[in-house]
Amino acid sequence: MPDVAPALVLRGLWRRFGAKTAVAGIDLDVPAGSFYGLVGPNGAGKTTTLLMATGLLRPDAGQVWVGGVDLWADPLRGKSLLGVLPDGVKLFDRLTGAQLVTYAGLLHGLDRPTATRRAYELLEAVDLVADRDTLVVDYSAGMAKKVSLACALVHAPRLLVLDEPFEAVDPVSAANIRDILTGYVRGGGTVIVSSHVMDLVQRMCDHVAVISAGHVLAAGTLEQVRAGATLEDRFVELVGGRTGGEGLAWLRTSSASS
Amino acid sequence: MVAHLVRLKLTLTVNGLRRSAWVLVGFVLGALYGLGVLVGSLAALGYVSTQAYQLREMTGVLAGAGLVLVWWLVPLVAFGLDQTMDPARFAPFPIPRARLLVGLTIAGLLGVPGALTLLGALGSSVLWWHEPAALPAAVVGAVLATLTCLLGSRALTGALSRIVVKRRVREAGVALVVVPLVLAGPLLTRLVPAGFSLKDVDVTPVVRVVAWTPLGAAWALAPDVAADRWGQAAGRLLVALATVAVAALAWDRSLRRALVEPVRETTKRRDRGLGLVGRVPATPLGAVYARCLTYWARDPRYAMAVVLVPVLPIVFALVDPGGSMVVVAAPLSGFLMGWAISADVAYDGSAFWLHVASPLRGAVDRWGRALAAGSIAVVVVVVLSVVSGLLSHRSALIPALVGCGLGMAGCALGVASVASALVVYPVRQPGDSPFSLRQGATLPAFLTQIGGWALVGALASPVTVLTAVAVGGHPAAGWVALAVGPVLGAGVLALGAWLGGRLLDRTGPDLLRRLFAMT
Repeated sequence: MPDVAPALVLRGLWRRFGAKTAVAGIDLDVPAGSFYGLVGPNGAGKTTTLLMATGLLRPDAGQVWVGGVDLWADPLRGKSLLGVLPDGVKLFDRLTGAQLVTYAGLLHGLDRPTATRRAYELLEAVDLVADRDTLVVDYSAGMAKKVSLACALVHAPRLLVLDEPFEAVDPVSAANIRDILTGYVRGGGTVIVSSHVMDLVQRMCDHVAVISAGHVLAAGTLEQVRAGATLEDRFVELVGGRTGGEGLAWLRTSSASS
Repeated sequence: MVAHLVRLKLTLTVNGLRRSAWVLVGFVLGALYGLGVLVGSLAALGYVSTQAYQLREMTGVLAGAGLVLVWWLVPLVAFGLDQTMDPARFAPFPIPRARLLVGLTIAGLLGVPGALTLLGALGSSVLWWHEPAALPAAVVGAVLATLTCLLGSRALTGALSRIVVKRRVREAGVALVVVPLVLAGPLLTRLVPAGFSLKDVDVTPVVRVVAWTPLGAAWALAPDVAADRWGQAAGRLLVALATVAVAALAWDRSLRRALVEPVRETTKRRDRGLGLVGRVPATPLGAVYARCLTYWARDPRYAMAVVLVPVLPIVFALVDPGGSMVVVAAPLSGFLMGWAISADVAYDGSAFWLHVASPLRGAVDRWGRALAAGSIAVVVVVVLSVVSGLLSHRSALIPALVGCGLGMAGCALGVASVASALVVYPVRQPGDSPFSLRQGATLPAFLTQIGGWALVGALASPVTVLTAVAVGGHPAAGWVALAVGPVLGAGVLALGAWLGGRLLDRTGPDLLRRLFAMT
């Protein structure tokens, strides 16, 4: 064990939905100060894992420690260390962008000058200043993603958990967000992102875990997991399921007929 | 292609029914209700068919025109009733528009309303069994009328979709529909005893005019033929055919536009600043309070409640003019405003995650919501007490009404604070049609409502009894009610917020899971 407590520790997390087991005993150690990528095919249990790791979904079994705090035993302390961006949820969309970020800050107990100043700076950083007075309900999907990120960051959490943060975000904003996150990690913060874009994870993260069918297939530093190959090749090798290039012959334009 | 679209419609219907048993129950109930209406109408038509020609003509034309009008107007306000076959969804496919049009029309006939309309229209030929020559005309008229219904409603919604799709217009439109609906009942009860009856009015001129309009022309075919007015029949046939053709063309035009330039929401940017969120004390409680008050103004589901409240005394005054029934308005509105937050978490939907993800105590969440609704309730109760006291010429009752209203509001807030920490159920989303029923609003929702109301009634009984005594002619009891009401309300609210907060600390993630499952 290093002298600093890991930013996040998951032990034996289980979660079933009816007959389907979404997460079947996941153990994960996220070292403090790491940029951790969580990759896996669709339906692998990434979102369910992250919901349980952030106190938004009660695990059937297992434990979650955030910065040494047992999250499900002491949720208030644990949650004050966490910044969360869940995927596919609604926002309080009758607030304007500026109101929403300020609201998130106030919920975390920030004082007014801090909340207001940070909200403005964050909206500037994610290119939403021009739309700060627009109701969130009128935002595009990418804009909603960016304002959620601002909400997750406003209280300067120790650990940032982001579920598909780059989905629907334009390349320029994505680059800006990457810069913000890299700076945050350099300043001692810890980031966990889930994504299916291998290339992005490979460029951005220093640690990675591959999840499939509710299990961790591999976890560790990027170098350990890649084992010399590209992350994508390694991922396909671990997860399997490539169907090969045969078939669909009619799709080739040269043999196009009718 | 037509067969594909028809099969798609059937598949969508069947898959929709498979989703849950309750959807199936709803569908069966809807179909049974529709069948009941159909059978009832056919029986009525059968009776009318034994009557004089004039009455049969009037019934056929006016009832038929009314049916067309309903088809044309209801979708304009009840948008989103059936979007399974929204033409915009076919935009990516290279389907010739004419075939898409025919396919969608036939698919429309396969829905419950379409099928019932066709059957009813065909059944209305029974009016003309005396005059067999008119029967073919009745069948032709029925088919034309059904097409007029279907195509006309599609054409109108298509033409207006550019306006209706704007969020603000849509949300304001709901208020424009619901408020008159609420007032319609009492207004009718005022009109009917005043001696307004169909018997005293000669509707023949109306029939004569309606029969030449697109609404009634198809229905007037059979009566014309039955009366051997062949020239007029030809004219009506022309009008009916032209109506169908124009509707088809208009629909085709809007379809063409919808396929290549889907409607996009655009909004003007306004400088709003932080509004209430920037003005309340900078604490989590202040933040929740400000957010909830903002929602009372901006979310149409809350705003509707506020819009309807001033309508209450008008309703009571109409039902019982000059009487004292209007005094119920203040306590009732206190109760309604308080109970409104029983659906608060359900209204948040999955956005509630922000509260669960924050280090927010359940009690703070409860108090913030209750204080926001309570602030409005206090204003509403006081204003309505004074208004209804003056309207009923019993201004001595005002203290009793204020006390009763505040007591009711406090008790309802307290009970609702507990209820909404335990039960969430599917609710309308902002901008949904006011007529759309959310599937799955089932037993827990129902039990919460009934149990909650009973509990509020029991808890508030001291102050309601005092108020009843005051209304019965002892104004002194009213002053006691004024003292007891706020204290009782505040007590129940404090207890409810404490208990609801403790519960929410534990149930937050579980509520959230159910909310996730609903969206």
